[in-house]
Amino acid sequence: MSNEHEEKVLSIYVYEAPLRLWHWINALAITVLAVTGYLIGSPPEAMIGEASEHYRMGIIRFLHFGAGYVLLFGFIGRIYWAFAGNEHARELFVPKMYSILWWKELLTELKWYLFLTKEPHKYVGHNPLAQFAMFFIFLVGMVFMICTGFALYSEGAGAGTWSAVAFGWVRDIFPNSQTLHTWHHLGMWYLLTFVMAHVYVAIREDIMSRQSIVSTMISGHRLFKDDRP
Amino acid sequence: MKKKVTTFYDVMEARGISRRDFMKFCTTTAASMGLASSMVPQVVHAMENKPRIPILWIHGLECTCCSESFIRSAHPLASDVVLSMISLDYDDTLMAAAGHQAEAILDEIREEYKGNYIVAVEGNPPLNNDGMFCIVGGRSFLDQLIEVSKDALAVVAWGSCASNGCVQAAAPNPTQATPIKKVITDKPIINVPGCPPISEVMTGVLTYILTFGKLPELDRQGRPKMFYSQRIHDKCYRRPHFDAGQFVEKWDDEGARKGWCLYKMGCKGPTTYNACSSIGFNEGTSFPIKSGHGCIGCSEENFWDNGPFYERLTHVEGFGIESNADTIGMGVAAGTAAAIGVHAVASAGKQLTKKDAENT
Ligand code: HEM
Ligand code: HEM
Ligand code: SF4
Repeated sequence: MSNEHEEKVLSIYVYEAPLRLWHWINALAITVLAVTGYLIGSPPEAMIGEASEHYRMGIIRFLHFGAGYVLLFGFIGRIYWAFAGNEHARELFVPKMYSILWWKELLTELKWYLFLTKEPHKYVGHNPLAQFAMFFIFLVGMVFMICTGFALYSEGAGAGTWSAVAFGWVRDIFPNSQTLHTWHHLGMWYLLTFVMAHVYVAIREDIMSRQSIVSTMISGHRLFKDDRP
Repeated sequence: MKKKVTTFYDVMEARGISRRDFMKFCTTTAASMGLASSMVPQVVHAMENKPRIPILWIHGLECTCCSESFIRSAHPLASDVVLSMISLDYDDTLMAAAGHQAEAILDEIREEYKGNYIVAVEGNPPLNNDGMFCIVGGRSFLDQLIEVSKDALAVVAWGSCASNGCVQAAAPNPTQATPIKKVITDKPIINVPGCPPISEVMTGVLTYILTFGKLPELDRQGRPKMFYSQRIHDKCYRRPHFDAGQFVEKWDDEGARKGWCLYKMGCKGPTTYNACSSIGFNEGTSFPIKSGHGCIGCSEENFWDNGPFYERLTHVEGFGIESNADTIGMGVAAGTAAAIGVHAVASAGKQLTKKDAENT
């Protein structure tokens, strides 16, 4: 073949631009939400002077709600892209849990992380273990945060506002608003656990696996380091 | 034989209340209900013409703070009026009659005003051991409540006890004190939570029913929307300090003296629906935050189990006495970080041995 020497590094375009854009906007929004959210729960030391000279809590909360809207609209855009984009755009939402092969691969990947195999398999999209975590920790966690977040938001926005109409029902699930706050707060740590593991694993796999990882979420291209199956 | 129809105004006149005072009462009440001043004539008309609604005010497990609050309405007439209306009928704390004579009134009202009287409940029934933890006139309060409510137009659940259980229903709730809404399920129930509820809210609810001949609009938790659709925090006069980030850090610090926001001292104003910050208690004199103490959230369901009162973040059960969302979260995060660290070291080891193997 003419391009025999190129076979060693195989490149496939996996994550299209809108998906990558969403990933980084979403990561930024969650970072802002976590920092401001923590400060809402435990505000910094008071500032002296007249109340009219400061608006610190106001700004913290404004950033939180602003990032909350970014998270929501980003997510809506991401759902749209699951339909409009390529097959990898759907992996986040529909892990192939009905396929036996998928579970087998999940096990292989698990063994890889437990140092039980010498080499991981290669994956064009997300590997099953990643899909599992992305679905059950990230996706479920984020939907929970959006629902509880906008339910809290609707308390301040007031009856009849869009957030009260769309998310007011969430408030009925919890006995009172304080409990809702507590769950929203716990949700943050749930998501942060995902983020910690996710970032670690992304960097680890970038180094140790047989394919590119971090650059894939930047350029969209998956590069394979060898041409073995 | 049916008695002559008596109206509220009749009762007031009989008590020597002037027309001027009567008009003042109607105006104050309309305002506290959030009605436009153009609605005042409607309130006046109802007071003058509609037959007064008999109210049976019964008491279960409670502390009588609702009654105490009630008799301290901003407008003295408010309590006077409604009190006279009630004491004429049945209220074991305030009425003159006692013993069998008093109990007989219950039956009388039930028969005479079948389907037209209102049961106001202060306190709640304990369900454990057949209700033996609260006995009224020789039988369980549970029995009395069910019997009296059978022919009522509606049941008004006064205070947090009746609305959502309050202190006696706090975990582990040994007597199984149960809110009215879980015991009476076939009647409209108006929850008027608070420990105690604000007197203007109490008279407001009754006046509304009389004026408009229907129950006030309720929110999803069965509370009258006009009094319970905003949080303390939404109208708190210390709110500018909250937005500015000026918090009391200790009870005797500069901020406390300057009247800064009590958020960090555990104020539950941001999570409590009530009208305290707009109406106030004791003739509008004050409310907890105004006297320098954070809101404890007394009108919220389970408020007793959402402590501590003096910390912003609620302690989460099952994780040790002092855990809140952050201590638990940081524990989990530290665990994850440790796991990542160990895994990273092991991975580096594996990577190195692999490199070595490749190089040799
Ligand atoms: C708040 C922070 C973050 C969140 C919530 C997050 C979430 C996600 C999600 C949901 C996906 C799946 C994308 C999809 O299928 O649509 C993903 C993929 C990815 N993320 Fe993140 N991410 C975060 C931060 C980061 C950071 C800081 C990095 C870089 C080190 C990173 C690297 C990646 C990579 C490389 C992928 C693609 C994995 C693959 O190749 O299959 N993420 N992330
Ligand atoms: C990853 C997503 C999010 C994280 C990590 C997060 C984190 C937090 C935290 C830790 C708190 C403090 C809770 C407390 O202890 O009182 C909080 C409060 C709050 N969050 Fe979020 N949040 C997220 C998403 C959202 C979204 C999407 C909204 C919707 C606008 C939102 C709206 C709110 C509101 C209204 C409050 C209460 C503010 C107050 O009481 O002043 N959050 N958030
Ligand atoms: S004192 Fe309480 S209710 Fe008032 S602004 Fe501060 S937190 Fe809100």
